[in-house]
Amino acid sequence: MKVSSVAGPSSRICRPARLALALACALSLNLAADDWRQWRGPLGNGVAPEAKLPAKLDAQSIAWAIDLPGRGLSSPIIVGERVFVTATTGVKQDRLHVLCFNLGTGALRWERQFWATGRTMTHEKIGGAAPTPASDGQRVYAFYSSNDCLALDFDGNLVWFRGLGRDYPNASNSLGMSSSLVAADGVVVAQVENDSESFTAGLDALTGENRWKLDRPKKANWTSPTLLQGAAGKPLVALQSSKGLVGVDLVSGAVVWNYSEGASTVPSTTVSDGKLYVPSNGLTVLEPGTGAAPKQLWRSAQLRPGTASPLVLGSRVFTLNDGGILSCGDIADGKRLWQLRLKGPFSSTPLAAGGLLYCVSEKGVVQVVDPAKPEGEVVSELDLGQEILGTPAIAGGSLFIRSDRKLWRIGRASSL
Amino acid sequence: MRIPSRWCVGVWCLFGPVIAAESLPPPLVQPVGVLRAVAAEGRGNAAAGPAWTQVAQAGAPAIPALLTAMDGANDYALNWLRSAIETIAQREALALKTVVAPVEKFLRDARHHPRARRLAFELIRQADAAKAKALLPEFLNDPGQELRREAVQHLADTAAAKVTAGDKAAAMTDYRQALAAAREADQVEAIAKQLGELGEKVDLQKTFGWVTRWKVIGPFDNTGGAGFEQAFAPERELDFAAEMPGQGGPIRWRDYESKSEYGLVDFNQPLTALKSVTGYAAAEFWSDSARSVEVRLGCKNGWKVWVNGTYLFGRDEYHRGVEIDQYRLTAPLRPGKNTILVKCLQNEQTEDWTKEWEFQLRVTDAQGTPIASSK
Repeated sequence: MKVSSVAGPSSRICRPARLALALACALSLNLAADDWRQWRGPLGNGVAPEAKLPAKLDAQSIAWAIDLPGRGLSSPIIVGERVFVTATTGVKQDRLHVLCFNLGTGALRWERQFWATGRTMTHEKIGGAAPTPASDGQRVYAFYSSNDCLALDFDGNLVWFRGLGRDYPNASNSLGMSSSLVAADGVVVAQVENDSESFTAGLDALTGENRWKLDRPKKANWTSPTLLQGAAGKPLVALQSSKGLVGVDLVSGAVVWNYSEGASTVPSTTVSDGKLYVPSNGLTVLEPGTGAAPKQLWRSAQLRPGTASPLVLGSRVFTLNDGGILSCGDIADGKRLWQLRLKGPFSSTPLAAGGLLYCVSEKGVVQVVDPAKPEGEVVSELDLGQEILGTPAIAGGSLFIRSDRKLWRIGRASSL
Repeated sequence: MRIPSRWCVGVWCLFGPVIAAESLPPPLVQPVGVLRAVAAEGRGNAAAGPAWTQVAQAGAPAIPALLTAMDGANDYALNWLRSAIETIAQREALALKTVVAPVEKFLRDARHHPRARRLAFELIRQADAAKAKALLPEFLNDPGQELRREAVQHLADTAAAKVTAGDKAAAMTDYRQALAAAREADQVEAIAKQLGELGEKVDLQKTFGWVTRWKVIGPFDNTGGAGFEQAFAPERELDFAAEMPGQGGPIRWRDYESKSEYGLVDFNQPLTALKSVTGYAAAEFWSDSARSVEVRLGCKNGWKVWVNGTYLFGRDEYHRGVEIDQYRLTAPLRPGKNTILVKCLQNEQTEDWTKEWEFQLRVTDAQGTPIASSK
């Protein structure tokens, strides 16, 4: 991917838009302009290149709110006029749900349920529907803590079902699994990394069969894979673990490069402008090239993220610790520029649209931050009154947020 | 039996019970056979996708036969069939009322697959909520856990209402009945608590049916987790009189009886709080007959389990969590004496939440009904 020079605030929207297009073409994402097809959106980094969300949020901003049948902290994903949400029900969280809602009205289009085939035990806070589903524009792929993975077409017709926890019976984590899917180039990447039977699989998007299966470090891991473009345009997926980060050929599963200096097992790597912002020894920025190891550009202990993953917007990188301290750093050298205390605690990752940051606390307070202010500034808040652990989604000029009980569309009527 | 075609019979004989072929509409026999043929690692998925589309296009009258086709299906196939039936039911919501009677007949026949019967119940509830509610008490002792659970909850809710109404005696009768039917730990605990508040103490150790009398030995080494794969002497031969080399010198088996309500076998008690160690526990379990049972284990340490010297399963995960019936292992018992051997490993972690070196184990039937040693 072409590396642009550091841009000023005026180019914050247009450059990510170009990058989105380039990445989409490179990874065959079949990307529609306003879709949000995976955790952290089209670029996999939380930035909505062209979206304009309201800066001021209040109760009137809620376009609709609907009840969900079950728990989940996965993000909604949006393809065209469809909003997909996963959830689980039952005292053992062993009933797996995929729900499809109408983007405009919130009306339920269809719902499918499945029985978990793998272990469903999780920590109370995680639950069964922690991984965010993904779409390649052809199908929606859902994944659960039980390591059940399935594909549906957009009308709810089952295309395939895999019970990865049944196929590989020691592939589970008694605290729960939360790695989200990515899907591109005919491959769905499912990271099933745990203390015992630990692996990542590249599943065939059409049949769910293994295209490749890579043994991974035997260590519990809640991070998610990140798509990026490798040398000569080759599509890669970056897999983070306690050992570090590996770049893997998306189609073949071959390891292309390896960063081995350790990394967090909770917040995930963010890719921006061809650089990788890795939660490793604080925050470490890598630039993969043609070599066996990526080049390290800088490292900052001051920008260590908590549960939320890093966010890069223009020339700034943002990290959020669990307590609610938002840190802003310069992407050129990692120098911390300012810190802002938000109302925490936080589990979800902030998103960016229209030059603003949207941060949702565990207590359900949506906080809009203007990072262009000298020390950053919260410009509005909306208290949704429920625990929210999942990262929102952005589409249709709106923010989509889910709790264990509700799905909200937040955006002014004029943007619907 | 009506035979749609020679080929279809062949498919069905390969994949399922002949009972379903009698009632499946001929066009569905082959695609249903394809769905039932899906297997591990996505085998059969490529053919199952188009077959699913065919099945899901069927009308509501096909639902009872499709439910029957779930009998004997594996867990993957159950999900393929479930989603096809669900799709039909959502598309033909109004027509669903016309098949309530045969679906109810299916539901009442406990020989059918528990999950198929649960789906049948949900379809009835979708078509006629009042009928489903009226049926619920019938499932208090159902072999299907999902149906049983809801019936137990219904009875517990009834008991709670009687408490509110001041009829303590009737409430206690209902609670006792609910407790006897409950098979899942959270329900057992909740009902026992209610009975406790009404003045009746429930013996949880007996109710859960833990195996409490063991012989234990240790410590053996588990430095760096290597003990998981290392077969120490108890794995090679169970000689309770033998002295054998342990981590710090010669060691012998000793008796251990769990007094815990939750049947915990705590190696820290006889062996002290050690790290990077391996312990074994062995129990005799007597059975009147040859039968298949479930060995249900809860353990937050690394572990392996054998019954009569046959290895069942093991797991090298440490300190991620524990719950009752965390692992369900199927094992054959022979008439007379059987031996259960548990290997329980402690790792090197030193945090407060890593001090436990213990497990709990019970023997049950497939529904979770505790089975006691007959001697």
